[in-house]
Amino acid sequence: MEISYWNKEAETMERAQLARLQLKLLRETVEAALATPFYAHRLKKCGISSARDIKSLADLARIPFTTKDDLREGYPYGLLAVSLEEVVRLHTSSGTTGIPTVIYHTKADLDNWTDLVARCIVATGATRRDVFQNMMTYGLFTGGLGLHYGAERVGLTVIPVGGGNTKRQIQLMKDFRSTVVHATPSYMLHIASKLPEYGLKISDLCLKKGYLGAEPYSENTRKKVEELFHIDVYNSYGLSEMNGPGVSFECVYKNGMHIWEDTYLTEIIDPKTGEPVTEEQEGEVVFTNLKRRATPLLRYRTRDVAFLYKDDCPCGRTHRRLSRITGRTDDMLIINGVNVFPSQVEEVVMRIPEVGTNYQIYVEKDGALDKLIVKVEIYSKMFTGDLSALDALKEKIKDELRASIVINPAVELHEPGSLPVFEGKAQRVVDSRPKL
Amino acid sequence: MAKQLNIFVENRPGRVKSIAEALCAGNINIKVFTIQDRGDFGLMKIIADKPEAAYLLLAEKGFASAQKEILAISVKDKPGNLARLTGVLLEHKINILDAHGDVVGTGKQGICYLELDLKDLGVAKGLLEKEGFHVLSDEELYEI
Repeated sequence: MEISYWNKEAETMERAQLARLQLKLLRETVEAALATPFYAHRLKKCGISSARDIKSLADLARIPFTTKDDLREGYPYGLLAVSLEEVVRLHTSSGTTGIPTVIYHTKADLDNWTDLVARCIVATGATRRDVFQNMMTYGLFTGGLGLHYGAERVGLTVIPVGGGNTKRQIQLMKDFRSTVVHATPSYMLHIASKLPEYGLKISDLCLKKGYLGAEPYSENTRKKVEELFHIDVYNSYGLSEMNGPGVSFECVYKNGMHIWEDTYLTEIIDPKTGEPVTEEQEGEVVFTNLKRRATPLLRYRTRDVAFLYKDDCPCGRTHRRLSRITGRTDDMLIINGVNVFPSQVEEVVMRIPEVGTNYQIYVEKDGALDKLIVKVEIYSKMFTGDLSALDALKEKIKDELRASIVINPAVELHEPGSLPVFEGKAQRVVDSRPKL
Repeated sequence: MAKQLNIFVENRPGRVKSIAEALCAGNINIKVFTIQDRGDFGLMKIIADKPEAAYLLLAEKGFASAQKEILAISVKDKPGNLARLTGVLLEHKINILDAHGDVVGTGKQGICYLELDLKDLGVAKGLLEKEGFHVLSDEELYEI
């Protein structure tokens, strides 16, 4: 197997040296974090008022976890550690309510992020001779731009098509002989199902590699996509709070995703106790971003469940590997790669006066893609008896949901009292999708 | 003026039956009904002999319904009458929100039911009567 590195020194750094580097960067990060109102308050409460209070990596345990709720409460500027003049970009992502979370980046932050993505791309064996079709959504969602800049840095020919429009995707793939694609696994399956419609076979395409992420999938789905397209599929994992893609990625051995530990200090904890799990045990992934200066995040709870592989990887990289994500410790749904919290849906539908007190969320497969159906009961007292008002209500619910959760739901109106009544939020969600 | 009940119904088996049964239990007679379909739901429009009682009964059963005043106009069963009727409304720029009509029995007399904007109702009634149409009173309608 041919092994290539983007930054061999960093990627193959001795563990002891890596730990020393992590400690140095952790101190810098704590210092940066202390400049934010949020961390200044929180860190001082646990006796950390300067970087000097971090004596070893073990002191990390003294720092409280940071959660999505913390980010929401700090929205929009509570976790900004530099002046806005230094900020060159921001990304927001879905919060558990209508308030999103925001991550700011300085020029150096983006530079480092791009470099990490470049490592990922080179680790899969892609080179500047490859044509990279980026089918992830651009914009506030980090998947598109993250891989885009990384691929440009390595020198691949980038086609920044973005998500959706399958016909155009297939046309571009064929005309420009795309060799590497970036997409969600369900979108790849969708494309495979559409090829015959356009009179094309896999052999008409030149695909070699697929970078699949933004939604969890199994080894079986990897094999299925690999067999359908005759390509190698590499698993990609990231989250906007940790920049986005480029947190961890598979190398040519396709056996777990290397986490770039010189940027992402990684812990796996028991979500109930917050204590570290024993080696190779599954738990919630917790990251500290060691390099980002605009929005430092310490011990961020991802709510993703996974484990770390113990053994070394034959590729020579010393950075440990993360398993596939096997679940969540919260009720977040991933719909066509977009994160959606049931509470976001609830907040939207419950503030519409024509909607009754009950609703349900259905997630189904529509072909290879996901479909979100929001069922609401109409409110008798607000019912005018006009069809046009009902049509307008449906559109209004759709519009407001689209604004909040960024995906297009189907909305169904139901009779008062016709939907099942539930105590808990989670029971309102019916997810009938088979696991990918 | 005649009253119509507009009822929200889901499009699934048994819904019309449960409305019919609810009204039957209250000894209410349905004179006319139509359903407007919107895929997953529809609007059932009912003219019953006891509109107020029907409304309360359905509300009690949990149905979302609304009372609408409509015009029920007696129209001779001859070519050109509907054109004449709607012509009067057009002349005065009155828009019809919804309408249904039928010819009952062998009497060669039809009834046209018009749903109009609330503000147009009185005006339209006057215009149609002036044109020679007979607008049915509540009692006449419920006696059909």
